[in-house]
Amino acid sequence: MTFRKQGITRRQLLSQGAMAGAGFVIGAGFVAGKAEAANWALEVQHLQPETMATLIQMARDIYPHDQVSDEFYAVAVKGYDSAEAAPAIEAGIAALNAAAQGIGYARYIDVGWERDRVDLLRGMENSAFFQQIRGGLVTGLYNQKAVWPIFGYEGESFSEGGYLYRGFDDINWL
Amino acid sequence: MTAPFDLNDNSVVVVIGTGAGGGVLANELAQKGVSVVALEAGGRYLPEDYINDEWESFGQLAWTDARTTSGDWRVAKDFSGLPAWIVKAVGGTTTHWAGASLRFQDHEWKAKTTYGEVQGANLLDWPIDPREMDDYYTKAETKLGVTRTGDRAGLPGNNNFKVFEKGAQALGYEEVHTGRMAINSADYDERPACQQTGFCFQGCKWGAKWSAAYTDIPRGEATGNLEVRERAHVLRIEHDQQGKVTGVVYVDADGNQQEQKARVVCVAGNSIESPRLLLNSASAMFSDGLANSSGQVGRNYMRHVTGSVYATFDQPVRMWRGTTMAGIIQDEARHAPDRGFVGGYELETLALGLPFMAAFLDPGGWGREFTTALDHYENMAGLWIVGEDMPQETNRITLNHAVTDQHGLPVADVHFDDHPNDVAMRDHAYRQGMALYDAVGATRTFPTPPYPSTHNLGTNRMSANARDGVVNAHGQSHDIANLFVSDGSQFTTGAAENPTLTIVALAIRQADFIAAEMNRQNI
Repeated sequence: MTFRKQGITRRQLLSQGAMAGAGFVIGAGFVAGKAEAANWALEVQHLQPETMATLIQMARDIYPHDQVSDEFYAVAVKGYDSAEAAPAIEAGIAALNAAAQGIGYARYIDVGWERDRVDLLRGMENSAFFQQIRGGLVTGLYNQKAVWPIFGYEGESFSEGGYLYRGFDDINWL
Repeated sequence: MTAPFDLNDNSVVVVIGTGAGGGVLANELAQKGVSVVALEAGGRYLPEDYINDEWESFGQLAWTDARTTSGDWRVAKDFSGLPAWIVKAVGGTTTHWAGASLRFQDHEWKAKTTYGEVQGANLLDWPIDPREMDDYYTKAETKLGVTRTGDRAGLPGNNNFKVFEKGAQALGYEEVHTGRMAINSADYDERPACQQTGFCFQGCKWGAKWSAAYTDIPRGEATGNLEVRERAHVLRIEHDQQGKVTGVVYVDADGNQQEQKARVVCVAGNSIESPRLLLNSASAMFSDGLANSSGQVGRNYMRHVTGSVYATFDQPVRMWRGTTMAGIIQDEARHAPDRGFVGGYELETLALGLPFMAAFLDPGGWGREFTTALDHYENMAGLWIVGEDMPQETNRITLNHAVTDQHGLPVADVHFDDHPNDVAMRDHAYRQGMALYDAVGATRTFPTPPYPSTHNLGTNRMSANARDGVVNAHGQSHDIANLFVSDGSQFTTGAAENPTLTIVALAIRQADFIAAEMNRQNI
């Protein structure tokens, strides 16, 4: 499994892939961003590509940050694409899709409104599958150093000598 | 120059654990010429080793051996295998602590007398007069270099403090300042001044914060009287037919079992491991565990009334910049039962980085209610509540025989139920904390539940009478004269203050007692 930026051209993607209901291109062995600006693709070896796409959507619905692009959610869940993890993930996503069918959609990623998808997640909130995904995201998403600047968090400052001369007391609106 | 002592040398004092209690005790004894072997379960990490990354540092320093939890506290649900956030390393939790160094208030030494009967609470007065502690507190403050004591200046206030201070003033609070901190405001005792780097909880990479790891431990070693054995995990304490302890059995760094003979054994493994060790040392003579004739070993576990209040504003705060906890309001620390509870609490500034904020703001929370809070992380300010909780006999450390650790010994189960007084105090503190931030224009406030315990207290408590507790006023066990407890598990009650300064003061005091009793051939 690899996570690639610019690994496949958009033309290749669009020729190989089928549009999913959400913001993804799902092809043979990969999931990729759909939007013109999206420049990421995630190859999968053990999960079905559509399962991975659904998992990424589920991750965003659990911890939705509109300023954080899909690729960070993809990074957060890519570890589930392993021989050991895949069966439980496939089963969990199948249950999620079954729940979506209960409200008239073919798949979870076909449910258009976030609030309707969140209702489906609430319905399985206490399941081991949901808790596994949610718990994993706490570190999988928020401990990505590349995510921190999006929230304004600066991480370590020791290498720059701390903040004594760099604004530890620079608040100016009180 | 470290002193290697022979395993069969039965003249040594063995100290188990090298944190605020054990690390200080080991050095103080070594300075007096007493031979000391300190056994530390963790490895040795110094400022150059500390990692300013929350999860990575947690992996480096935290005590993550198996433990279980029970009771109605939320930690048992959200962090069932992690009741406490403490450190396994030379220097113990003095690597992680925030540095807040407060003396007890006089009345807190006499909680039962002051508060009276509180239903369901196992209150007791400390067998220590507060005046006995004055000189020891001064010695501890000098050792740690506590700001706003002696002639040491306070730290400058960071952004988080400025928000906190403005809100405090709006509420009419008067005892508001940047704290009495064991973090240098100017160069002191061969340690530099604070550079406002943040990450105080991950070990101070400047060494501006006092930690036993790079002060007391190497100074004790330099006397030639102290040997620190790292990665030495004590399994049990041995005793003879007369009921005196004779040594300890431990697993060394290579995984081999060893026995170190001893004249005196001092237990300082924090309030979870210390009672666990005494219980795991049960024998035919002491079938309920060592020093447990009262049945109080493991009981009266306290963890302070804690919680946090975070708030978001319409403009940036950047609370993570600078000292993590240099800010305090002490007005609520008094005993004023008209508030609906006995005892008091401190409010102290606190910041978490984004990764830990995601884990601790609302454990288990998800969806937009949760994520919109983090969206404004940059505009967030925070404070921590630390107040006196009620000792309860049923809040206790027991051996969980269903779960064993890497050495095959039963792990500690940590049971905690809030006392109604704890709940009333926490609710009051939440209201005050939220009002404080509202007064500065908060757009949203978050009454955040307690984290895994950093202040673990009381499970081998001091008592005047042997039937009420485990150790006497010097931390000497009531049952076995040459067995001592030297950490926060001695605490009879918890008081409202962060406990480290008192643990250090008691360790200095205990060293005087042990050395004198050894000279008198009493132990």
